[in-house]
Amino acid sequence: MDVPGLGQAFLLQISRDMRLAFRHLGQLANPLMFFIMVTTLFPLALNPSPQLLEAIAPGVVWVAALLASLLASESLFRQDVDDGTMEQLALSPQPLALMLLAKTSAHWLMTGLPLVLISPIVAYGLFLPSNAVPVTMGALALATPILSLIGGMMAALTVGLRRGGGLLSLLILPIAMPVLIFGARATDLAMTGMASVGAIYLLAALLLLALSLAPFAMAAAMRISLD
Amino acid sequence: MSADPSSTGCTTLLEATDLELWRGERRLFNQLSFSLGPGELLHITGANGCGKTSLLRVLCGLTLPETGEVSWRGAKVMRNRADFHAEMTYIGHRESLKGELSAAENLSFDLRLRRDVSDADIDQALHRVGLTAARDVMARGLSAGQKRRVSLARALACRARLWVLDEPYTNLDVAGRDFVDQMMTEHLADDGLVLLVAHQSHGVSGGRIRQLEMS
Repeated sequence: MDVPGLGQAFLLQISRDMRLAFRHLGQLANPLMFFIMVTTLFPLALNPSPQLLEAIAPGVVWVAALLASLLASESLFRQDVDDGTMEQLALSPQPLALMLLAKTSAHWLMTGLPLVLISPIVAYGLFLPSNAVPVTMGALALATPILSLIGGMMAALTVGLRRGGGLLSLLILPIAMPVLIFGARATDLAMTGMASVGAIYLLAALLLLALSLAPFAMAAAMRISLD
Repeated sequence: MSADPSSTGCTTLLEATDLELWRGERRLFNQLSFSLGPGELLHITGANGCGKTSLLRVLCGLTLPETGEVSWRGAKVMRNRADFHAEMTYIGHRESLKGELSAAENLSFDLRLRRDVSDADIDQALHRVGLTAARDVMARGLSAGQKRRVSLARALACRARLWVLDEPYTNLDVAGRDFVDQMMTEHLADDGLVLLVAHQSHGVSGGRIRQLEMS
């Protein structure tokens, strides 16, 4: 029997997940709302002087982005495992690693990409100098897929547990630290007018590493969870 | 615990050798071996909780047995998942449907991962199980029996050689149960293989039917 090609299966999975996500938009908007809320609460709670906000802006933006992706990764595979569609996916002739990568990509398009797109507005609210905005957007565009992939790996590992929420954050946070450090550093360097290209390269390298290894880790973890 | 040894000398497609599985402190089965060839149905029976579903999951490659192995066309399943799964379909306890997708959308996704199907093929599959009218109804709005029928449509339309059916009669009305019997009979006549877990007796006629009683 000739099985459809990998590209076709990948696109099929992405389009199905996007369609599902658009059918309940509320859940989709959660991480984005969280990101916006956290970043707008800081100026309200702290002294709203531009100097102070400018100084803390890189940290606030990056921590909020990290926590928003953490929040989003909990729901990545949960529903599919609960309703049994993950079992059918594991029993399909397509490689599970590819299908989980497709699911993670769709998830990033719905939760990570909106963060990247909204970040200039958030940065404006925090008095981030405008010369740092393009770098921050670029760094976020590299960092959010890494966070989605790490989240996917850990979500696949903990999805078999009934209450894996706490464990999930415990697993993700240490591994996500380099992303936070290099990301915030890129914004910081750009603000002071220095070359931030080094931090960006490091993020790009991390993304390639995650892209090439995470799908296989996800598939292996998922098979253990389904066992 | 042994399979009926009446198998004739025809080619073996699915073979299980010396399977052993533990769940926690309990050994579900041990030294379980059987082989299944074209046109054969293996009816697995046993009390609740004796490991029938676990056995099916081992046979489809979802669960790793402690010892022993399952092979398909002579190749080990765990090493040739894609080849095996391309020829296998599984109906489990859960219907594996997305509540927010319509019956046709659910079916279309599952089938298109396996082969190129047109919309007409999907309509035809839904028509065979009597769900033409429910084509565009969201799966969460379907009754339990209708959901089961979507699962049956998936098994029918994916043209798999091996059917692994875990309690396929659940939630079905009398006509639905007859339909399951009829589709299994046709599949066996087509040289297909069926692994069936069911409490009640089935109404399959023809094909070679074997029993596996688990304890």
